[in-house]
Amino acid sequence: MTDTIEHPKLPNREQVRPDPISTGSEWTFDLIRKYDEEIAKCAEEFGLDTYPNQVEVISAEQMMDAYSSVGMPVGYHHWSFGKQFLNTSKGYQRGQMGLAYEIVINSNPCIAYLMEENTLPMQALVIAHACYGHNSFFKGNYLFRTWTDASAIIDYLVFARNYVAECEERHGVEAVEEILDSCHALMNHGVDRYKRPPPISAAEERRQQKEREEYVQRQLNDLWRTIPKMGDEDDDPERRRQRYPSEPQENILYFIEKNAPLLETWQREIIRIVRKLGQYFYPQRQTQVMNEGWASFWHYTLLHRMYEKGLVTDGFMLEFLQSHTAVIYQPPFNSPWYSGINPYTLGFSIFSDLRRMCENPTDEDREWFPDIAGSDWVETLHFAMRNFKDESFIQQFLSPRVMRDMKFFSIENDDQEDVFRVTAIHDDPGYRPLREKLARQYNLSYREPNIQVWNVDVRGDRSLTLRHIPVDRVPLGEDADEVLRHVHRLWGFDVHLESVDEGTVVAEHHCPPRDLNDG
Amino acid sequence: MGMTHVVDRRLNGKNKSAVNRERFLRRYRQHIKKAVADAVQKRSITDIERGESVSIPSRDIHEPIFHHGQGGKREMVHPGNQEFVAGDEIAKPEGGGGGGSGAGQASPDGEGMDEFAFQITQDEFLDFLFDDLELPNLARKKLKDTEAFTWQRSGFTSQGVPAKLDVVRSLRGAHARRLGLSGARRKKIRELQEQLAALKSAPDDLDPAFSHADQIEALESEIARLKANVRRIPFIDEIDLRYRQHVKKPKPATSAVMFCLMDVSGSMTQTHKDIAKRFFILLYLFLKKNYKKIDVVFIRHHTSAKEVDEEEFFYSRETGGTIVSSALKLMHKIIESRYSPDEWNIYAAQASDGDNWNDDSPVCGKILAERIIPLVQYYSYVEITPQDHQMLWYEYQKVMESFPQSFAMQQIADPAEIYPVFRQLFERKAA
Repeated sequence: MTDTIEHPKLPNREQVRPDPISTGSEWTFDLIRKYDEEIAKCAEEFGLDTYPNQVEVISAEQMMDAYSSVGMPVGYHHWSFGKQFLNTSKGYQRGQMGLAYEIVINSNPCIAYLMEENTLPMQALVIAHACYGHNSFFKGNYLFRTWTDASAIIDYLVFARNYVAECEERHGVEAVEEILDSCHALMNHGVDRYKRPPPISAAEERRQQKEREEYVQRQLNDLWRTIPKMGDEDDDPERRRQRYPSEPQENILYFIEKNAPLLETWQREIIRIVRKLGQYFYPQRQTQVMNEGWASFWHYTLLHRMYEKGLVTDGFMLEFLQSHTAVIYQPPFNSPWYSGINPYTLGFSIFSDLRRMCENPTDEDREWFPDIAGSDWVETLHFAMRNFKDESFIQQFLSPRVMRDMKFFSIENDDQEDVFRVTAIHDDPGYRPLREKLARQYNLSYREPNIQVWNVDVRGDRSLTLRHIPVDRVPLGEDADEVLRHVHRLWGFDVHLESVDEGTVVAEHHCPPRDLNDG
Repeated sequence: MGMTHVVDRRLNGKNKSAVNRERFLRRYRQHIKKAVADAVQKRSITDIERGESVSIPSRDIHEPIFHHGQGGKREMVHPGNQEFVAGDEIAKPEGGGGGGSGAGQASPDGEGMDEFAFQITQDEFLDFLFDDLELPNLARKKLKDTEAFTWQRSGFTSQGVPAKLDVVRSLRGAHARRLGLSGARRKKIRELQEQLAALKSAPDDLDPAFSHADQIEALESEIARLKANVRRIPFIDEIDLRYRQHVKKPKPATSAVMFCLMDVSGSMTQTHKDIAKRFFILLYLFLKKNYKKIDVVFIRHHTSAKEVDEEEFFYSRETGGTIVSSALKLMHKIIESRYSPDEWNIYAAQASDGDNWNDDSPVCGKILAERIIPLVQYYSYVEITPQDHQMLWYEYQKVMESFPQSFAMQQIADPAEIYPVFRQLFERKAA
């Protein structure tokens, strides 16, 4: 669907005599440094603010290693990373899958991996994309600023790996693996969405570990001290009605870490480690469109600037544009290659259109975006990058023009109806609802089920009850029982999960499974 | 804007994932073992020695998380609209499901179940294939091994027994010593002899007062004294003696010989032989896991036995009757001439359809029990027949009763049983 995207055209060169940095396609370390220097100068012209860069050239095998550890440069050992590795190497060896051209780590300095197989234009593209695009996003976007601490992450990962390895030595690989399996099942539920977490720090972790050990134990004792002995159930209905926690908690891992009655200290620490990693990845899960769009916009813009300055050749640009077009290709919904909206395409289109609205606004733009039309594009784009996440970014900046270009339409699938219904398309009455629906699609709590800690039967059987609030009657997937087994392993006592839609329980899951006769 | 560091990491280790990969294989050991066992059945014989693609049902290695299921009301935005307008209705495909959610989950009950497939290496393949199996009586041999030494030359020494005396090297040493010790004196002798010659060749002075006779005499006696001196240097001395030195090197028992004995008489069909071949190959691979060097001896027999190469062993056909003892005798002969049990771990596998000339079967039992079993590590017999046993089987049973440690026998009726039977034969016995 290349027709939805402006055909890349080579820009007019300024009145400079072309004096390209190089003409061949083979890279050398010297050339990488030279290209980086020039790209950095261009980035500075546009005011991109970045962490220092650390570019690491690696082989394809190393890229597969990096791939399998979900982008963590240092990771603890776990079978699931091995599975990922087998999958990656299989795909790569069969040639089904090209490896990512780059992996970039949200750290300070910002680490970017370049694959040695890449040609020189590819290396330049990756440098522009990762070292200046993603890097400035990591440094500027409010979610990353709030939730992650780029200067501490590597240290923390090393700390985490050593701690897990120590536990394996002391308690056995299998015991540690069990805890990690269970934590991974709940990793997406290890974040407080509305509270700013304390920053991650390895030194602080080590210092606090001891302190926490004592503190948690004391807390636990306080919580469970009031537990009546067996057969001595508390009959005071008032007290039994009091829920613990008094407010529902969405950070399930945190709740378990602090309150599970039977866990040993090292197990709590491992929960904490997985929770902290979940926190580290949390902004990435919410800014994929923006992050990739921003990085793609800047590799496109920076390399065109290089061309204008006469620093790269026509051949270089052709190869670069070919890769660029492939990256931002969006197959239509009825294509066999369709697998949802390509975040690169959507993000790139919105940022590019923002620039267009600033530089060449139409009447439509003035009507829809009075503040943006005709404004300074560099400033406007930076504002958009800094202060939004995918959901609000789309809600705020998706223009009718982009909706038309991508030919968006929305389909409603209601299990109580016999037909799919087209609810909005890229036309006048459709723009606003379409934009709202697309924004909601990127809302994390719409993408993932909303599950919270509802109650612990502190005075009874110590069972833990989780509550699922369905949106539009969408039930939980069939994994629910299996995840519940993991919760049960961590909690140590019975675990219940109820889906409550407007006050009525519509589905229940129990672990251990409840005998039907028990009522 | 900070400086950029460019680092070459290519020389840093790859295989950072090796541990994780190993963890994965360990976790799914049972699955992989099953896949490997299946693969052995299906594979053709010639390519057994390579890695294997292993498939595990995806749901077994699935990592569960809470996610939305099918149902309820969902709205999705898609790109690429062509003719839809708001309010259009599209019939749902038969079966209700429908692609709206885009989460094409496979059903968990097998239909359309996708598999997680990956490669294991040849070594891993063999490890899984022979997991929990062990070569019987390996321990016994290991004990023996410590006594199995080879003598290896390791230079020369000044002490030793006369038999190890190296004459050339000793004499060379002696010669050098003699030259060294006599050098100064022989030089002197040479000088004196020159003087003597000069004196003697001088014109004879008639005046006795000036005669050289004294000097000549003095010189001659000095030369004689020196020569005697030189002669007293011993021709060979104790310190000249050099003995060849040999050190005892423990000899690793890494060599094994595998005897494959097969009946090729008319009653053995190609199917029988294929089964036998698979069995032999399993044994070969298994031995290869344990030994660096393996010799394979193929003995085929009908009424007489013959040592042949692999090709002939498996593919040439014979007709006629069967005398099993001929093969056993030949095997014994070959062991005696080429494979001393002190140096070789000897394994034997015999395959037959159980047919034998009846009078011969007791002879077989006797040869086995008395002459072969004492020499070998392990002797396994597989009878490839769906039918009732004949005389040979019962004779062999007697052998098994008296040598339960080093003799085993099983019956195979069809190819699917090869691997289980092989496992039974080599099962790790509880200590």
